[in-house]
Order: sequence, then structure tokens, then C-alpha cells
Amino acid sequence: MQFGIFSVGDVTMDPTTGRTPTEAERIQAMVAIALKAEEVGLDVFASGEHHNPPFVPSSPTTLLGFIAARTERIVLSTATTLITTNDPVKIAEDYAMLQHLADGRVDLMMGRGNTGPVYPWFGQDIRNGIALAVENYALLHRLWREDVVDWEGRFRTPLQSFTSTPRPLDGVAPFVWHGSIRSPEIAEQAAYYGDGFFHNNIFWPIEHTQQMVRLYRQRFEHYGHGSADQAIVGLGGQVFMRKSSQEAKREFRPYFDNAPVYGHGPSMEDFTAQTPLTVGSPQEVIDRYATMRDHVGDYQRQLFLMDHAGLPLTTVLEQIEILGEEVVPVLRKELAVGRPAHVPDAPTHTARVAAAGGSRTSGITAVDDVTGVSPEHAQVTR
Amino acid sequence: MTRTLAVVTAGLRSPSSTRLLADRLTEAVVRAVREHGQEVVVEVVDLREHAHDLTNMMLTGFASRGLQDAIGTVTGADGVIAVTPIFSGSYGGLFKTFFDVVDDGSLAGTPVLIGATAGSARHSLALDHAVRPLFAYLRSVVVPTAVFAATEDFGRATGSTTTDTEPMAVRIDRAARELAALVVAREQDRRTGGPGTLTVSFEDLLSGQ
Repeated sequence: MQFGIFSVGDVTMDPTTGRTPTEAERIQAMVAIALKAEEVGLDVFASGEHHNPPFVPSSPTTLLGFIAARTERIVLSTATTLITTNDPVKIAEDYAMLQHLADGRVDLMMGRGNTGPVYPWFGQDIRNGIALAVENYALLHRLWREDVVDWEGRFRTPLQSFTSTPRPLDGVAPFVWHGSIRSPEIAEQAAYYGDGFFHNNIFWPIEHTQQMVRLYRQRFEHYGHGSADQAIVGLGGQVFMRKSSQEAKREFRPYFDNAPVYGHGPSMEDFTAQTPLTVGSPQEVIDRYATMRDHVGDYQRQLFLMDHAGLPLTTVLEQIEILGEEVVPVLRKELAVGRPAHVPDAPTHTARVAAAGGSRTSGITAVDDVTGVSPEHAQVTR
Repeated sequence: MTRTLAVVTAGLRSPSSTRLLADRLTEAVVRAVREHGQEVVVEVVDLREHAHDLTNMMLTGFASRGLQDAIGTVTGADGVIAVTPIFSGSYGGLFKTFFDVVDDGSLAGTPVLIGATAGSARHSLALDHAVRPLFAYLRSVVVPTAVFAATEDFGRATGSTTTDTEPMAVRIDRAARELAALVVAREQDRRTGGPGTLTVSFEDLLSGQ
């Protein structure tokens, strides 16, 4: 079971001080958060991808590459990578490069993106969202698995004799999660490929999450990747903790009341009852998140949103310390109890290379695909 | 055979003349369905009770359990009676908010009887110029007779022919018969299995169908 942090990367005013961080501060804060996550023993740091203010992470592989250089153990991921408006060829290249530089500590979560204008800004149409996600991922999947690809589709210029470089590290593609809140097509897509399914349930009642995860698990089994309880499931989460429940509520309430998305809507009490948001003591967070598997089955990845709503960096780092030191160690123990042996752990590069029968290095680099000449051949003809 | 009839009423006060009109329409529709030899179960969704949840759903994107049940009642019904007060020349905001948050397509093909109330008959065309196009967008089947009740209509005798408008009871009865005819003819197994069900195969999606 992996635990980690996912960040939207929003630049939001702190409602208690009226101060808005600069982009420079926010970008450095994301790095500090990732480093802290590794320091306190968390397993994953994932960055969002956005192409409009007030968000900073438009270039996730740059950010994650920088973090990779400054960390040793933590898995770097995305939440989400826009499979609709990014060119799948560029995703294949960028993330394979990151995978090499991070020594395999990379996976990705595909998402469609729900900011309407981003589609036309990148030459696409939001009404094709599902079709783009399906076609682009089908191409990306091949680019990481076939050394030479001939391809033609609806949304992108055709490819003839194309090799995406670098080839994936050890010949094993980065693991992919598919994130969707309410589209059964995406749960189906994840199941079809035997990829992971991430339900970002932070704004949703658990009954809804349960329904989507159940669909994914059933279809995972249908496509022959294993039994339903072996499907790879991830969930979102959102917490704010202090020693006592009252302290936590008092300190978090102004952030809740003014937060983008849910601020000025439901009361914090209603929202915590209806969604995974938990504001209270570390023990309350443990109790709440220990029950998630009762709804979705034993799962593989739990990510928490900690740096949002204008919370200052010092507070966020304190929260990550509490999470890593007081909450996650207990959750690891509790969630290991009664977990069947045949339920897999979250996929890692090492495990996937082992499952593939060891590292496989592509011979493709021996041939210049523009001249069609290999180094040896070039010597012979000279 | 037992049919379900959902009644959406957007009156803001309790008691409300909008609810009163909704109740009159409901009685008439129940009577008319029974004349076809079918039974009918009525479920009333009084939007006033869901006003806060509707605003919250607009902001957060998800429905509270109570609102989710109300939406399910309406989208799952064999027929809908929808009644709103007319404010500033159109349906009330609460009424529109409810139909803004139901899933796209979930009321397509649903027979709907529309009704409205206002202080005077000068607002009556709002039914045909505002409420009817809303349901056209939702691809619902709106019956030809829409029932408007001005305050003064509640004082007119049944069967009165002394004025140039038909008395409310006559219009209610005609609208109810129109809705009942559609409700009793509705196919039974029209639902595709609810949310979370794929309607095309993934192979079809992959091949761009």
C-alpha cells in the first residue's frame, strides 16, 4: 500500500492574511512539499497539470525531474497528465526520459481535464474528450511497447516508422493510472489495459466512489487481468489535523469557507460528512481512512491533498509531518491486517521489471532510423 | 401495471399556490391514468426542501443524499408534473437550478406536464415562452396543454363559461388526460442500467465508433 501527496499547484490567497504567494514561491513550495513527503516516509508525490492561472504546474516533467534529482526513494507521479490535449508522442518521450533520470521512480495518472478553453488552446474540442482519451492512450501504449510504430488515427498526424526515444527504462513502460470521477468509459479503459484506476473522490460521497471502483474491478476481471480484487485501485483524500479536533476545526475553517470549489457552499460539517475530508485529530483521520477499504476493497494507493485553499507552506509541511509520522505508520499496519495475500501491492518499476523477466534493453539505438544505417554497417561500407 | 408520477413543485412558501396547483394536477393525472386501467404511485419533490442542497451542488458538483434521491425520483418516473411560480417574466430560479443539475439526457423522452402560477394572467405566456423551451432542451415530451393559474383563477367556478378563458378545472382535466395517455404508453424497460453503465463496447470506442 502506497501513501502520498498530490498537489493541484494552485496559487490561492491565504484568507487569514490576505496574502497571495507569487508563482516563484508556489513552485518552490511544491518542491519543498515533495522533499518533505520523502523525508517523512511517504511513498508518492504527484503533481497536477494545468494550463491556466491560478495554477503553476504546466510542465510536470520539468518539476518532477528537478524533484527526482533531489530525492532518492519517493515515486513521482502526476494528477493528472492531460491525455486529451497533450500529444501522446510527446508524453511518451517526456515521461520515458523522466523515467530514466529518476531511475524508474515514475508513474503517471491520465486525466481528461475539465477546463473548457484548454481544449481549443491546444487545438482540440472538449466534446471529443472521451474519444481523445481513448485514441491518444492507445497510441501512447503502443509507443512504449513497440520499438517501431506505424499509426493512423482521427486526432493526430499519422506516424510511419516512428520510434519514440528514449525507449522505456529496462524495456518496461511507466505504470499508468487512469483517473476519472464519473465516466464509466475511463474505468473501462483502465480495465481493458489492466492499468490502475484512480478515483479522485475528494469532492464525492463514498457511495459514488464505490460504484465506479466496482465497475472497474468487474471489467478488470472480465478482460482477464486477474480477479476483481486484484485490480489496482487508488483513492484521493483530504485532511487537516491538529492535536485536538476543536483546534483542527478552528484553524481550518477559514480556509474551508473560502476555498476554491467548495467555499461558500456547504458547511464544513456537511462536507466532512459527505466526502473524505477529515478535519480533526490524527486518530480521527486514521479511523476514517482505515474504513475506505470497506467500501472499495483492499487498494493500492492513497493520495492526500494537503496544499490548497491558501494554506501557508509552514502549515502544509507540519501537516505532512503529522501524516507521515503519526497517521500513515498506523494505517499501514491496520490496512495490512486481513489483506489477502493475492491482492497485489502498488506496482513499482522494480516489481514490473521482475515480472517482465528482467531488464530488456532495446537494440533500436544501434540503428539511425533516418539514414537506416547501423554503426557496424557504416564501418563496413566506408 | 403501476406507473410512477413525479411532481416537481418550486413554490417558495408553505402553503403555496404553486403546490396547490401541483396537487390539483396530480389528482387529475392519477384519475386519468386509472381510467386507462393502470395504477400510479405519486412522489412529490418540493424543491423548497432542497434549496440549500441545490446551491451546494452547483458549487461542489455533487448532490447530497436527499437531493440525489429527489433527482432519481424525477429522472426515473414514467411521467413528470413540473410547476413553478413565474418571477420576472420566467420560471423561478429554484426551478431552473433543479433542471440545471439533472444529468444531460436523463429526462429525454419523459412525458411532462408544465404548470405555473403568478399574481395575474399577464404572466401566462411565460409557460410557452420560457418553461416549454427548457423542456425542449431536455428533450422531454411536453403535453400540448400547459396550465397557468393566476390568483383569480382560484376563485372561478368549475364549468363557468362567463369569461373568455376556460376555467382552470377544464384545463387541468385536459392536460391531465394528455399526460396520462403518454404515461400509460411508456415502455417499461427503457433504462440502460443506471449510472456507471457503458452503452458502447470498449472495442467500439477504440475503433472510433
